[in-house]
Amino acid sequence: MSDLQAIRLNVNGVTRAVSVEPSASLADVLRQELRLTALHLGCEHGVCGACNVLLNGRAVRACLTLAVQAEEAEVKTLEGLSAEQIAVTLKECFRKFRALQCGFCTPGILVLAVDLIAANPDPSEEEVRDWLSGNLCRCTGYQPIVGAIIEAAKRLRGAV
Amino acid sequence: MAQGSLIGQSLPRVEDDRLLDGAGCYIDDVALPGMMHMAILRSSDAHGRITALDCSAARLVPGVIDVFTAEDWPQDMPVIPMRLIPLESSVPFLQRPLAQGKVRYVGEPVAVVVARDRRTAEDALEFLELEIEALPPVVTRDQALAATGDALMVPEVGTNISAQYQIGRGDIEDAFARADVTLKKTFQSHRHTAVPLETRGTIAVFDIAAGKLTIHGASKVTFFNRAELAKAFNLRNDQVDLITSDIGGGFGVRGELYPEYYLAAEASRRTGRPVKWIEDRREHFAATNHSRDVDCELEIAALKDGTILGMRGQVRADMGAYIRTNGNVVPAKAGQFLPGPYRVPAFACEVLALVTNKTPVGTYRGPGRIEANFFRERMLDCLADELGMDPAALRMKNLLGAAEMPFDTGDLLPNAQKVVFDSGDYPATFRKLLDECDWDAPAQVHSDGRLHAMGLACFNESSGGGLYENARISVAASGQITVSTGSSSMGQGVETAIRQICADALSMAPERITVALSSTTLLSDGVGSFHSRSTVMAGSAVGQAAAELLDQARGEAGRRLNAAPAELDYSDGVFRVMGQSDRSIRLSDLSAMLSDQGGLDVESRYEQAPLGFSFGAHAAHVAIDPGTGDIEVLDYWVVEDVGRVLNPALVEGQTIGGVVQGLGDALYGELVYDDMGQLLTASFADYLLPTSTEVPDIRAVATGDYPSPHNPYGFKGAGEGGIVAVAAAVGNAIARAIGPAGDAICQTPFHPEKILTLLHAAKKGKQ
Repeated sequence: MSDLQAIRLNVNGVTRAVSVEPSASLADVLRQELRLTALHLGCEHGVCGACNVLLNGRAVRACLTLAVQAEEAEVKTLEGLSAEQIAVTLKECFRKFRALQCGFCTPGILVLAVDLIAANPDPSEEEVRDWLSGNLCRCTGYQPIVGAIIEAAKRLRGAV
Repeated sequence: MAQGSLIGQSLPRVEDDRLLDGAGCYIDDVALPGMMHMAILRSSDAHGRITALDCSAARLVPGVIDVFTAEDWPQDMPVIPMRLIPLESSVPFLQRPLAQGKVRYVGEPVAVVVARDRRTAEDALEFLELEIEALPPVVTRDQALAATGDALMVPEVGTNISAQYQIGRGDIEDAFARADVTLKKTFQSHRHTAVPLETRGTIAVFDIAAGKLTIHGASKVTFFNRAELAKAFNLRNDQVDLITSDIGGGFGVRGELYPEYYLAAEASRRTGRPVKWIEDRREHFAATNHSRDVDCELEIAALKDGTILGMRGQVRADMGAYIRTNGNVVPAKAGQFLPGPYRVPAFACEVLALVTNKTPVGTYRGPGRIEANFFRERMLDCLADELGMDPAALRMKNLLGAAEMPFDTGDLLPNAQKVVFDSGDYPATFRKLLDECDWDAPAQVHSDGRLHAMGLACFNESSGGGLYENARISVAASGQITVSTGSSSMGQGVETAIRQICADALSMAPERITVALSSTTLLSDGVGSFHSRSTVMAGSAVGQAAAELLDQARGEAGRRLNAAPAELDYSDGVFRVMGQSDRSIRLSDLSAMLSDQGGLDVESRYEQAPLGFSFGAHAAHVAIDPGTGDIEVLDYWVVEDVGRVLNPALVEGQTIGGVVQGLGDALYGELVYDDMGQLLTASFADYLLPTSTEVPDIRAVATGDYPSPHNPYGFKGAGEGGIVAVAAAVGNAIARAIGPAGDAICQTPFHPEKILTLLHAAKKGKQ
């Protein structure tokens, strides 16, 4: 039982004061304290990617990030991305390509794809597959996810 | 909108909106007021006697509110029963929720800690003092057969054989006497499991004052689980509710009646608080059902022209330490499906189930079929080589044709349930695959320096098991229709399928229909989601309930419109008197008028007809690097006749997803134990799953050529055809690619070092 530490987290554009144990993961704090449950915990050792969130715009594993490490950063979860054009377009394409089944990995993959398209607006299939290789999906076989991300990038470039 | 017009359309998924918004509600997203958290002390020894278990220090940890062990259970601990293929000889090997006196596998629950949060509960496990006197661990099938004394799982039984029986058909001695060629080989399908991305979890709320037990996070077989939990806690069925939630993948392993349901319920009963349990990934690998782990000695008899006369052999399944609810399915189906979709006039097989000191086995997508298809299809390629035949031609010669349907398979199951292949023209469907993949038998060294080859595999697959399914449809005064079935969502689109069938049967827009599946509060009874049965069984039940509802509504509408029921037209939720469009009444108005009788609300039970069998074939193109043994699957094709296709996009998604799971199982994931029965692969660092960079382009074709005659829609299951022949097709492709050395490709998984060893050995042999 360690002492709680008071920190301020900037999550989805709102600064929140929370008391956390120094060893608490960002994932646990977001899910349990802030009730932001779009991110999921699939392995808690950084392999599956279901807990991806954006930290200063880059996708990171919330299960491997301590909440206290995120104090100075801008944290975005899928909930906070919902109104943004990249996420809106990605969701349309995920729907069209049947890029989800059980949906458990989906929020982590959407967050990753937002980062990908922001970094590389015109990714090749190989680049998408390379980025996506850090996320596990047990249902779809990845094929429709790759298609959806490429299509979303195209739409966002105005190429469709 | 006419009835039947929605069947065959790729309607969008109902599930997508909430899941894409991150608004899905999985079990760990549920938080109840006053909720406590449970952690489980699990055995770290494979086999031993519990000589001491001191909980006193753990009880003193701040935040811990309860600790209990088997000795604290208020009466005899319940035995977790067999749900499928219950065999008398397996009864002594059933599990109880907590270890009593002995531990039998690494991961077996021994004690429970309940605390104010999960971290406190898990940390407090360290304060439990458990002493175990080691007993000899049994970790292989041969050790299980040889075990005596202390190595026996239950010494009083005198054997580690939990089931042993013969199946077969035809005159096997005669078949082998008449053969021009016989071949004998030993095959093995390795231990692995489904690995859904969401681990298991539950919240139990035992309200003693109200006499009510509620289990959240249920799935798969809610009504069976309710009845058993009711028995275990001396409650009536109506005092127990199982509530379903979103599910992060089922694939057969989730939702069975596991020890943890009992433990959470007991924890809640003792503490009077809601108790949550969420499995962590390491725990998942040791506690959730493993699967496969079957070997087979197989012998085939054939004529020179490739006509198969007979097959005989022995199937031996490593069941792990206990027989779980569906464990016996694995060896039973491995035996039953050995002859596969071929004529095989004579067949004889001994089925053996053996208990060992490993995690218990249960079903994982394609249970027994994966194994049987691998054994048989590899054998057929070896036979083709022996006869100098093209593997496609050999298969074509022996596949069952349309004129042979229905085909009685004989007595291939221990409970003597008669199994008949219902329909199909297997050679015609196989031909479609050969055309699709542009089949080319010879292996070749490609300009990239790698060894390239294609491999084939055929299978057929039963669907729609389970004796019945219930569906309930109710009409609200607002016009909203709610449909529920006993089958639950396992994350693969069942809600979409059920809504589509309901909308079709009521000839109305799908948007007007809400789907609420499988919580026991929604219907009086039901069976569940397994054996590719949800669309077949629950779908048929929905169609039947809709017909009954419309029948009842038509009578009421006639009374209120002063017309004979036969004079009424029905479409889109409205009855109209024929030729008089001003005389009409809506379903919703009828339901409101009948509100004193509960409105329009029909629950219907659809009884099982004989099973429907899909048939399909897979082709794989692999390339092997002769320097490293690295295996790349470059292309993959599946053609499957799934009867009438409800939603082509859903079926395609199932097939492609299944293939990729199968590729991971064939090439990567393996549950490895050491000699002491320690599980060595209990994290994603050690148990590898396929990622986006390892999987090829997959072409999946579902044909609707041969609808099943046994259900009103003609559906056959489509959930397992993608996975069931992957190990077989990839194994055959690898074997062809590496030439004569490929004869030894008899075991999964196919790892590069094994390929390299075979290539080196072949080279040495030549010199």
